[in-house]
Amino acid sequence: MWMFGADNQPNGRAAVPVDETAVSRIFREEYGRSVASLIRAFGDIDAAEDAVQEAFAVALRKWPGDGLPPNPGGWITTTARNLAIDRQRRDARGRELLRDVAVLLPQSDNPDAGREVGPLEDDRLRLIFTCCHPALSTEAQVALTLRLLGGLSTEEVARSFLVAEATMAQRIVRAKRKIKAARIPYRIPEVDELAGRLRPVLAVVYLLYNAGPPTPAEPDLRREAIWLARLLSTLMPNEPEAGGLLALLLLTESRRASRSRPDGALVLLGEQDRTCWDRALIEEAKAIVLRHRRHSPPGQYLLQAAINAVHADAATVQQTDWSQIVALYDQLLAVSPTPVVALNRAIAIGEMQGPAAALSLVNELDLGDYYPFHATRADLLRRLGRAGEAAAAYERAAALAPTKAEREFLRLGGRASR
Amino acid sequence: MAHYLLSVHSVAGEIREPMTDDEMKESFKQIGKLEAEMKSSDSLVLSGRLHEPDTATVVRISNGEVITTDGPFAESKEHLGGFYIIEAENLDAALAWATKVSKTIKRPIEVWPFVDVRS
Repeated sequence: MWMFGADNQPNGRAAVPVDETAVSRIFREEYGRSVASLIRAFGDIDAAEDAVQEAFAVALRKWPGDGLPPNPGGWITTTARNLAIDRQRRDARGRELLRDVAVLLPQSDNPDAGREVGPLEDDRLRLIFTCCHPALSTEAQVALTLRLLGGLSTEEVARSFLVAEATMAQRIVRAKRKIKAARIPYRIPEVDELAGRLRPVLAVVYLLYNAGPPTPAEPDLRREAIWLARLLSTLMPNEPEAGGLLALLLLTESRRASRSRPDGALVLLGEQDRTCWDRALIEEAKAIVLRHRRHSPPGQYLLQAAINAVHADAATVQQTDWSQIVALYDQLLAVSPTPVVALNRAIAIGEMQGPAAALSLVNELDLGDYYPFHATRADLLRRLGRAGEAAAAYERAAALAPTKAEREFLRLGGRASR
Repeated sequence: MAHYLLSVHSVAGEIREPMTDDEMKESFKQIGKLEAEMKSSDSLVLSGRLHEPDTATVVRISNGEVITTDGPFAESKEHLGGFYIIEAENLDAALAWATKVSKTIKRPIEVWPFVDVRS
């Protein structure tokens, strides 16, 4: 049913204009799905990645002339599959290699093999559980998922982790080698294993959501993350953290339209046009939070979702129930005692007690390479009238910020404070 | 199918609650039961328990001469106390055996894949 090759495109169909931007958008949307499907067919990650990348190279040559096929993702998967089969046929050595390394193929002598149950029936879910196998380090899990499911380049993955590209490349190679050598299977965990296997998966989905550039032009990674979060939440309706993660992502997403200006510049929470917030997403998320609210003690995603739900309930920043937010941050700090949580808690305390109280808390944190730390300090210093120090902090934040929009925003803040 | 080494690590000088005779008997019984389960499912290739590391001897060739020295190769607090070599379909199956071994002998188990000589 996917045989819509560019060569047999239906006659008379107006060609959709295709340029590199369109292909790269489709790459983001379809890469993970195609790779996941090919891993199941060929049992090898590298073979799957090579074939899918080659298929996109073919698409870049063909689509601008022939127009976009009706189902670009299906076209990529079919083309990649054919390329992989061609390579196997052409190259006896390759054939042998593929057979030998085909450890990820479902085992035919296992009665449970190939069993498909409801929402589990998706190769991407299989792939995310393999990428997030507890036998891999957390860094490797996140890196592999972003690379294989998100289709991020090694350079982009490296940037989202603040590590050198060479370090990240080696991390990914090592993780793939371990999957192959130790024969980490390509399967979805059984019901009794699911809870323990879920934690790293949720962490990865959260990072996937945040790895996308914060511009409306590239929503695909976020959509992918929400899709995965929704699937996980459906799969484990009684797992509060799966629901909590979905609610958190929906609440974050509900503010997306108001979070940046048309030129890409950021708008802070307090300055956002709250009438632009997506109420449907907010209501869906609030229902999830309420459904799991009695779970004790609540986990980090449910707490973060609850914090965002409090923001969503306030018509203006002045009407925000900051005491409830601080109380939720206290709980969050207990389950997730990180300096980033402490930073956000300090900001909330600043809203109640003023910038001086917040600044003294912020100054105690060890977050020298984290640009929101410097941005927060800059804002607090500006509000305290310490313009020179504020300008220096804005400059430091701008130097560390990952995107052009954020850098420009922070540099603007730096100038305004002088 | 692949082979895995499940190695049992002991810590030198670690004080463990001494077992009563009954506990010892029960422990051996459990280990026997587990090994029977491994055998009946054709998963066990070889198993063994090792003497203390000070009974080990190292042989090495230096300038063409055989040098024999007392003691284990690496001086470390932790040493290999015993092992199972098992055959398993994949890492998850090997980890399931490792979980059973760890529960039975109450020690951490390290799971190492063997290189498949055919590849």
